[in-house]
Amino acid sequence: MSGHASYEFKNPVVRWIEERLPIFSTIRAQAVDFPTPRNLNYWWTFGGIAATMLVVQILTGIVLVMHYTPHVSMAFDSVEHIMRDVNYGWLLRWLHANGASFFFIAVYIHIFRGLYYGSYKAPREVLWMIGVLIFIAMMATAFMGYVLPWGQMSYWGAVVITNLFSAFPIIGETIVQWLWGGFSVGNPTLQRFFSLHYLLPFVLAALVFLHIWALHVVGNNNPDGIDVKSEEDTLPFHPYYTMKDLYAILVFFLVYLGFVFYSPWYLGHSINFAPANPLSTPAHIVPEWYFLPQYAMLRAIPDKLGGVLVMFSSLIILLFLPWLDTSKVRSNRYRPLGKIFFWLFVITCLTLGIAGSQPAEGAWLTVARIATAFYFAYFLVILPLLGKIERPKPMPASITEAVLSRH
Amino acid sequence: MSTTTAQDVSRRDFLYIATGTVGAVGTALALWPFIDQMNPDASVLALASTEFDLAPLQEGQGVTIKWRGKPVFIRHRTEEEIKKAKETPLAELKDPIARNANLPPDAPATDENRVKDGTGKVNEKYLVQIGICTHLGCVPLGDAGDYQGWFCPCHGSHYDEAGRIRKGPAPRNLDIPPYKYISDTKIVIG
Repeated sequence: MSGHASYEFKNPVVRWIEERLPIFSTIRAQAVDFPTPRNLNYWWTFGGIAATMLVVQILTGIVLVMHYTPHVSMAFDSVEHIMRDVNYGWLLRWLHANGASFFFIAVYIHIFRGLYYGSYKAPREVLWMIGVLIFIAMMATAFMGYVLPWGQMSYWGAVVITNLFSAFPIIGETIVQWLWGGFSVGNPTLQRFFSLHYLLPFVLAALVFLHIWALHVVGNNNPDGIDVKSEEDTLPFHPYYTMKDLYAILVFFLVYLGFVFYSPWYLGHSINFAPANPLSTPAHIVPEWYFLPQYAMLRAIPDKLGGVLVMFSSLIILLFLPWLDTSKVRSNRYRPLGKIFFWLFVITCLTLGIAGSQPAEGAWLTVARIATAFYFAYFLVILPLLGKIERPKPMPASITEAVLSRH
Repeated sequence: MSTTTAQDVSRRDFLYIATGTVGAVGTALALWPFIDQMNPDASVLALASTEFDLAPLQEGQGVTIKWRGKPVFIRHRTEEEIKKAKETPLAELKDPIARNANLPPDAPATDENRVKDGTGKVNEKYLVQIGICTHLGCVPLGDAGDYQGWFCPCHGSHYDEAGRIRKGPAPRNLDIPPYKYISDTKIVIG
């Protein structure tokens, strides 16, 4: 994408370092001058927002660990200690707890933006697949983090999710006891979850680095889904997109901090204010909102192993999306049928989320089953066929032409 | 000259492959302690058995005790419950296996096999089972569900008077832990 521009630095210290490690020219080329399509809309700011949320989570997490105790007899109390005694502990804890939710909001919007504008298509397959890995690692991190306060929902969430692995024939029991370090979720489980919850965000940061590296090799997709053809199709990343991203981050933070300061428990479950009790299951176990669609798919299948396989497949299938979508046109702006099915897919995912929050019986179970079927049909039937039967709208010759024709 | 070279090449190939193999196998072997440290440790394995006195339990009363960190349901069943459990034909069961750790793994799920201890003693009044739903590990509620046995609120599994799965997503009957009567009213679990 970017040609290897050679920069001349005047400062002798900078030049001395540059000759030994070309870090200054790399920053200039990748973060300042990087040619970025001029037509990116606000949906493109969610990548930067998500990266910012990862930083917020790591910073608040590191300081929370200075006060938290990962032991079954002390974990719950140490979280209350953070809330009541530690200076600004309440703020750091709510920033972290709500930060997880807002990290997921940013990432979900980022994923759906990629789906709508075909950002997973050639040559961005690897970029997309690293993104899917980030999503999966994020889910594992969030799940283990939710266990740490050792409330009722923490404990029973851990029980239900670790038991998913018992569905595998023959080796299932062995795997689950290995995960627990015992015959039930207990202290060894809590301590390993704490260790991994601290490790995984740094794995995430490394994956994000690869994600951005892959992005900088092939360049940004854009709302028109056409390749950059000349320099006039692009703008330098700084200041045009640094400032646009920053503006979006500030607006996003307005909503995020609105939750943190005015309704910090709104997205959680009140039952988690009760300490974990291994002898009594709460009447209604629900995961955090960001896992509800996957949870609905798990429960939609009447067979235990089947439910587990369908749930994991719903994530793994995303890795194959670049080859399942047969259309040559990236952006749904120019795909009349693709656009309709995209929005049906969005509605399906939201429906699964609602179904996942309801008890798995009656009408909601039927709804969850139909939605699960459509979720998979979208990837396995609709996208492969659509590319063959759809007649795309005429495409503009260049990004500049597309931009000017709208103004 | 040419023979020497050929010899050298094969000697080097051998050394490269041998070194690479020892490195790879060594790394693989070194992984095991990192994996095995996550398995249940000696202190967890040591908490193996619990005694329980059945005498204070009234007919129709059930209690939950803890064994190996897991809930165990002990219920003094009523005459009516025992009668209903015995009358249920095996063909109606979702899981036809007794799931009793004191019996061979293929023992059928008759009511008698659900209340047999490790010595072969049958006391149909007392049902001893691990109180963990075989679906995803929640603790089912007693005196509930469509079969007046246990009902798991998490994903809606119904168990009957003998703890056998009758309806819902759970694949197996509630497990019976290893236990035996040490007197007429005392059992030891584990």
